[in-house]
Amino acid sequence: MDIHFLLGLIPTLLSGLPLTLELTVFSLLGGGVIALLLNGLRAGSIVGARVADFYVFLFRGSPLLLQIFLIYYAPGQFSFIRHSFVWPFLREPYVCALLALMLNDAAYTSEIIRAGLRAAPRGAIEAAVVGGMSPLTRLRRVILPLAFRQALPAYGIEITGMLKSTSLASVVTLMDVTGIASAEVSQTYRAIEVFLTAAVIYLVLVTLVTYGVQRLEGWLSPTRTPLSARSAA
Amino acid sequence: MWDDLTLLGFGAMGWGHALFTAATTTVAVSACAFALGLAIGTLCAWAKLSGPAPLRRLAEVYGVVLRGIPDLLVIYLFYFGGRQVATTVAGLFGHHGPVEISGFAAGAIAIGLISGAGQTEVLRGAYQAISPGTLEAAKVGGMTRWTMFRRIIAPQALPTALPGLNNQWQSAIKESALVSVTGLVETMREVGIAAGSTELPFLFYAAGIVIYLIITSLSGLVFRTAEWRAMRSQMPARAR
Repeated sequence: MDIHFLLGLIPTLLSGLPLTLELTVFSLLGGGVIALLLNGLRAGSIVGARVADFYVFLFRGSPLLLQIFLIYYAPGQFSFIRHSFVWPFLREPYVCALLALMLNDAAYTSEIIRAGLRAAPRGAIEAAVVGGMSPLTRLRRVILPLAFRQALPAYGIEITGMLKSTSLASVVTLMDVTGIASAEVSQTYRAIEVFLTAAVIYLVLVTLVTYGVQRLEGWLSPTRTPLSARSAA
Repeated sequence: MWDDLTLLGFGAMGWGHALFTAATTTVAVSACAFALGLAIGTLCAWAKLSGPAPLRRLAEVYGVVLRGIPDLLVIYLFYFGGRQVATTVAGLFGHHGPVEISGFAAGAIAIGLISGAGQTEVLRGAYQAISPGTLEAAKVGGMTRWTMFRRIIAPQALPTALPGLNNQWQSAIKESALVSVTGLVETMREVGIAAGSTELPFLFYAAGIVIYLIITSLSGLVFRTAEWRAMRSQMPARAR
């Protein structure tokens, strides 16, 4: 293994980092909004709950790669789509990959939010009602903070999961870290060096995110400042 | 569009047989990967719980690394990296030119390693949920380690582990779609071929989604039945 090749490789691969991060952030944001909508739909009516259930079943039961290919290739089969205003967007691999990542993330995130919203114990909600909190205050001061703390570890795993999943965007020609690595391998035939270097980049990113989420978890833990210590101060 | 549905059938013009064979390949790759993952998971869970320090460290590093790398890169590494190694080794023996390796084997090993990292945590959690009193009783009763594993640990840990193992199995099926990049003709690759040659991408990619949904739902049902049976045998013991 020669050192010059490796030293040249690192900046080449890192040039795909902005796209990887962009896809991760946008898919988490979009997925989060859709996940909230799904939870609203679920709370709204029984039919809505069924629709949300089916959505989650559909996107969690099939591979993301297939979802990306379906969104990227399938619209071309229908002439009414090809002649509509959405076609210029749906022809773009970036739009298709991001859409698939968002829709996929929403299915997983909606389940995390659902579990979080059930975290508030009945006693805490009753206490809030008895204490005279309005429904909105209750949501803001009791249900949401407990839900957030409860959902945080699972959501941390979802963040790193999406970070890794963005690598699939490379199969529809996007030049993220994995896409650049594949292109590099087809030029140099040095699969091990190139893919290992790319793997290290992802590993560093995932470790940083995991560490950040753990810090946040510790900071938000009730044991950090016991109530007695707070009232004494 | 409805005329096109005959293309999914088992007739002379239909892709039914090809899709069915591809679906069995998907199940076969996933099953091999899951079995490998179970073996690795058991070993690593043991290493993390009561192994010697170097082995414990190794199991920890393995878990962090495999959970920090995209699945696609792991498969690329095993397939293209494996080919690179095989070609180099063959070169030492005087064989020139690239050496092909099996996409099935590379894919199953890659997904097996990913699955193993997840299964380690599932099995470790299930072991820790066993009430320590039963382990002490078994030790005091003079059971050998193997008898203890067979009669005390496994029957108590397995029912707890089943939901987690089901999750890992579902992940393995979905990850197996990535093996299509090696050219192995499993479901993902076959629907891609069909979509290309019939120029009906929506029909075949949608059919692919349905095939995966059938596989994941049916096998999920098997796991839930197993869970129910395992729990049923534990219920009276707990009530007593």
